[in-house]
Amino acid sequence: MTTIDTSSNIGAVAPPSLAAGSMVASLKEITKTYYMGTLSVEVLHGISLDFYSGDYISIMGPSGCGKSTLMNILGCLDQPTSGKYLLGSEDTSEMEDDELSTIRGARLGFIFQSYNLIQQLDVLENIEMPLFYQGYTEVESHEIAMGLATRVGLEDRVNHKPFELSGGQQQRVAIARALAVDPLIILADEPTGNLDSKSGAEILNLFDELHAQGKTLLLVTHSDELAERSKREIKLMDGRVESDD
Amino acid sequence: MTDFTLDGVDNPAVLLTRSNARSKFTITRLKKITHVGVKSIFSHGLRSMLTVLGIVIGVAAVIAMLAVSEGASFEAQQQFRDLGATNILLKSVKPAEVEESARQGFGPPQAVVYGLTQADINTIRDTIPGVSNVIASRIVKKNVWNLGLSMNTDVVGTSVDYPSSRNYNLRAGRFFSQTEVRDHSNVVVLSDEVADTLFPIDNPLGQSIKIDSDYYNIVGIMESEGFSNLGQNQAGSSNSAPTRIFIPFTSSKSRFGETTTRQTAGGMESETVELHEAIIQINDQETVIEVGEIIDQILQRRHRDADYSIEIPLALLRQAEASALRDQIVAGAIAGISLLVGGIGIMNIMLASVTERTREIGIRRALGAKKKDIIAQFLIEAVILSGVGGLIGVVLGIIIPFIISTFWGMTTIVTPIAPILAFSISAMIGVIFGIYPSMRAADMDPVEALRHE
Repeated sequence: MTTIDTSSNIGAVAPPSLAAGSMVASLKEITKTYYMGTLSVEVLHGISLDFYSGDYISIMGPSGCGKSTLMNILGCLDQPTSGKYLLGSEDTSEMEDDELSTIRGARLGFIFQSYNLIQQLDVLENIEMPLFYQGYTEVESHEIAMGLATRVGLEDRVNHKPFELSGGQQQRVAIARALAVDPLIILADEPTGNLDSKSGAEILNLFDELHAQGKTLLLVTHSDELAERSKREIKLMDGRVESDD
Repeated sequence: MTDFTLDGVDNPAVLLTRSNARSKFTITRLKKITHVGVKSIFSHGLRSMLTVLGIVIGVAAVIAMLAVSEGASFEAQQQFRDLGATNILLKSVKPAEVEESARQGFGPPQAVVYGLTQADINTIRDTIPGVSNVIASRIVKKNVWNLGLSMNTDVVGTSVDYPSSRNYNLRAGRFFSQTEVRDHSNVVVLSDEVADTLFPIDNPLGQSIKIDSDYYNIVGIMESEGFSNLGQNQAGSSNSAPTRIFIPFTSSKSRFGETTTRQTAGGMESETVELHEAIIQINDQETVIEVGEIIDQILQRRHRDADYSIEIPLALLRQAEASALRDQIVAGAIAGISLLVGGIGIMNIMLASVTERTREIGIRRALGAKKKDIIAQFLIEAVILSGVGGLIGVVLGIIIPFIISTFWGMTTIVTPIAPILAFSISAMIGVIFGIYPSMRAADMDPVEALRHE
């Protein structure tokens, strides 16, 4: 698998690579309460975490510990009930829906357990999608998408539809899509959960490569193997950070 | 820890640049969204086709129904227009009572006297303002001969002004002159039907025909278009409007006399009618209907037997126009309802599509799509569906009237406004019925949408 310096793919408008160790995101006293009629359930009880450029983080914990909720807040898909979430230099806590959409598209890359590719679109179009919403021109986004497809080893499959690909290949398309806008953080939710061990290992190797290139990776997982590969393990328990090392 | 060291690296200006860039590429974006829309429409080929069908039928129905009703009203109006918009037509009608008494009588046939008289005409001409001319005619049914060929036709004794009273044109030759009227000349103008029947090969002009025992010189041939008269229509035999030939009024009176006799089932029947028909020309089209009413009142006083009929083409034209408008409103309403049903079909499909693609919506939202991006995507899909349906409908809507005209001989008129109207309504329906499903798609919670199976 060829490794390519992504910054050369992104073009002049994307932020240049961050110096390792600078802060990319910060959670301060985040709480999240769900209201169901008169019943209210606090799922997160004041979580404070800082993430640095080049981090390779895994978040673990049993079901119901608030992993998914935390992930949704980190992904700007959900807003915390209280607390502050800084992503890059921007405070997302008070953002409107449109601003959240913009920051999701520009600053975050998502990798899902079930790949979440759009079935009607081919590989290239799937990779181009976040670029489209960021307003890249067709030429620009085509160039970036081709580069990323090559990088994840799917350069000869760019015109295939997702259902024509294996699970591992689909997840690689999803990774390429997550890299398209050169995000501050790549958020991956059980990225190997649907894969056999061989394809899973390929994906993990790809993550290692990304980490080696200085990408910031944040994984939510049950898998000990995955957690061991990461450089920083955060354990959640009942909506609180139990350990962070 | 709280101060960030990202200045210049994660510059908010970068985000700003991007959002400026977004607005610059609207056409590219529209193209892309349309592209995606077309793809998802094609991925559900049958379903999309059935949806489109609703709009196709609606639009085609609007155009075709308007074309047919427009054609029918044009035809009706043309008939009345041929009779002359500034004319009032009077006809002698055999009153019902007279008919009864004539039948009951025994012995030699008694001539029945009824109808319009010269005195009526003089009264109308002299007392009613606005009447510019009155052309009175006598109509006698006769067998007309050219050597061995003959046909039964209406022989109209009339004045020189007759051709100008309606939209009649001479095909060849001339109408008879004032001198010929004064001299009781034996001259005749044939309708082209009569001319074609009696003179199948040679030119009838300059030749003569025989009526009873007299020969008449043929001086002209009239186009028969417009002879179909209202009296015939009312009797329900419009298909067989009688053919006509024209001789001077004076000749008719002196050759045929005022009393006509004809063979009936019960024996001979005679009737004396001074004038069969009169065309009253009015100066001003505005006053035609009013003057017509006045004439009717005068004639009612003079003819207690109601042995005449009065027809005002303009009034009938107005009626035809009014009923045409009514027809169009009804046709439009029916077609509009079918368009509405088509629109509801689109909404139904769009709602199904939104539910089915909940996951996709979630993905797109996660990857940076704003609510308005999602709205645009689904709205464009609805507009494509209704637009394509509208286009096919317009084509069909133009072809169908053409087929109707060709195979059923009905007049149909596709006015340019109909396709434009139908198409814009269908496009509008796409937007209106696409808005709600699109909003529903956009309002989905991204987290929920991503979790959707």
